[in-house]
Amino acid sequence: MSAKENILAKLRKSLTGTTPVADNFDVELVTQTYRYAPEERIAQLRKLMEAVHTEIHLTSEEGWPALLAQLLRDRQLPSLLIAPTTMHGKKITQFWANNPDLPTLKAYDRPVEEWKAELFNDTPASLTGTLGAIAATGSLILWPTREEPRLMSLVPPVHFALLKASEIRDNFYEVQQEFEWAQGMPTNALLVSGPSKTADIEQVLAYGAHGPKDLVVLILEDQ
Amino acid sequence: MSTPTLIPTVEVQEDFRARAHKALDDTQLRNNFRSAMDSLMTKRATSFSDAHEREHLRVLGNAVRARALSKLPDLLEQLESNLTRNGVNVHWAETVDEANGIVLSIIRAHEARQVIKGKSMVSEEMEMNHFLEARDIECLESDMGEYIVQLDHEKPSHIIMPAIHKNAGQVASLFHDKLGVEYTKDVDQLIQIGRRVLRQKFFEADVGVSGVNFAVAETGTLLLVENEGNGRMSTTVPPVHIAVTGIEKVVENLRDVVPLLSLLTRSALGQPITTYVNMISGPRKAEELDGPQEVHLVLLDNGRSQAFADSELRQTLNCIRCGACMNHCPVYTRIGGHAYGEVYPGPIGKIITPHMVGLAKVPDHPSASSLCGACGEVCPVKIPIPALLRRLREENVKAPDSPNQVMRGQGSKYSPKERFIWNAWAWLNSSPRLYRLFGFLATRLRALTPRNVGPWTQNHSAPKPAARSLHDLAREHLNQQGDRR
Repeated sequence: MSAKENILAKLRKSLTGTTPVADNFDVELVTQTYRYAPEERIAQLRKLMEAVHTEIHLTSEEGWPALLAQLLRDRQLPSLLIAPTTMHGKKITQFWANNPDLPTLKAYDRPVEEWKAELFNDTPASLTGTLGAIAATGSLILWPTREEPRLMSLVPPVHFALLKASEIRDNFYEVQQEFEWAQGMPTNALLVSGPSKTADIEQVLAYGAHGPKDLVVLILEDQ
Repeated sequence: MSTPTLIPTVEVQEDFRARAHKALDDTQLRNNFRSAMDSLMTKRATSFSDAHEREHLRVLGNAVRARALSKLPDLLEQLESNLTRNGVNVHWAETVDEANGIVLSIIRAHEARQVIKGKSMVSEEMEMNHFLEARDIECLESDMGEYIVQLDHEKPSHIIMPAIHKNAGQVASLFHDKLGVEYTKDVDQLIQIGRRVLRQKFFEADVGVSGVNFAVAETGTLLLVENEGNGRMSTTVPPVHIAVTGIEKVVENLRDVVPLLSLLTRSALGQPITTYVNMISGPRKAEELDGPQEVHLVLLDNGRSQAFADSELRQTLNCIRCGACMNHCPVYTRIGGHAYGEVYPGPIGKIITPHMVGLAKVPDHPSASSLCGACGEVCPVKIPIPALLRRLREENVKAPDSPNQVMRGQGSKYSPKERFIWNAWAWLNSSPRLYRLFGFLATRLRALTPRNVGPWTQNHSAPKPAARSLHDLAREHLNQQGDRR
């Protein structure tokens, strides 16, 4: 018998004569204390994300490219990695075309194997969109795609993320229901709740362990 | 920067009692644990500020785990079929040797030389680092705490905070000695040193290994929680990702992870959520630009099916590995994680380890507890740890010829003399005439009781029967009252 057969046979034998425990999942327990009025959501998200060193800016659909350009200049970042075929990727490309002397734009448009060294050693910042956010835990929802791959939000030391205010949800349960995640998950889905951190040495909190050292969220209030 | 040499296993010296005594005499170790555990307890309490919400959530967490275990074989098959459909290769292993063999064959198929590991307690069970090093494959830990203990040829002393036994000064000396960097006690600088070394390793690694916090049967999703980003790196950068996990980690539905995730991060670290919640449902698709080309899941039994066979001991498998039981344990706080000598320390270690290595190898584990009950009180999935410790004490002294075989190594503390004494004691207490005779003799001959009764009198005064028995006194009292006879 294979390991699988042995394990399953042992488990089945142990359950002989028993009935499965009924599914009495009480949704209220994971939602009731985590509901917010629409006008409270930004404040709630902000409170939690700023508590773990996330930088948050309120801006608009019109104003965010200029704000991003300013933030890049303030930090003296020489380049920005973008997903060129996304809506925000196109928008930033257009803004850059009309405004000279801005940091270089780099496009994530080829398999990582073709430029892994550059990604690791010479890509100081990135911009990604989000699928929304969760107010209850202060989390961004990222659902990387072919257009906007997984490593964009992980390898560059500074991660800029765009968030539409209308896409801030109350809690994780609601997000799963709304997006019907149970019917199909992408290759990789993520909740990101701040810059990378660790407290592994003497419980002293330090930021920038392995992922981004800085997470900057631009909330588009009018979107 | 020089590459650290890696010989990660530590020989466990002496027995539990000797190691515990040594730990108790180590002031630095005790200070490190005391301050860390105090802080973790405070953080947990703060994050569960609403006791009502906390208790309801624990009940739900328990129900979710109990439901998953009540359908475990079906859910494992569902998980496998969904993962396979998503393109993940699922492997099954009854023993750690089988699991290591599977991992090795995947590594060899890719002619891989460098493995980078996210945090995984199951890989500690397997002693994967040691196993691969012996076959000339570098296997490097990337969780900062795990990296520190590996660099010092130690094992984790806590399941969530592997290097909690060290202070910043000790880490500073270690980095200075092993990595040749300038001595600094600044934690930010120390973390940046670790980041530099390990970034290069993520970049070079051929294979990434991780654990799994929850495996969702319904969707075929492996969910990993972490703060550092090393888990995401290990599972996204190298061309091959191997996840290793115990067969009990499966949950039925995606929604089931909502309460468990909240319970896990709040119980472990007092955080509403970890920085990253990484949900992996498959390898890179043809058109995608990054992510591993291959994803494997190794499902390991290693004694879990033995615990599963007994409906009481099965509750051990509710565990979601938050570490709250050790943070609140007065024994763990005083002796630290290494004294237990096994992968899982503290209360959960005492109830899970006997199934993995056999009770005979850890005969002192069930009794290394004051049964104060703190572990059971804080357990987010309501494992009755004190009750299970008492149960293991019973299994520990079961007669070798008992027809009831519950676990490997049971009866390792069986003593015919002790059993005879208890039988005699039971007989004495259940036979009225004998009991009266005993009471008569014990009170009259009390001067003859020994002054030295073994370990008891090391810390206590010797017991001595009273001059008159309680029965005797009560009878007299009632007679004096004159209203009864």
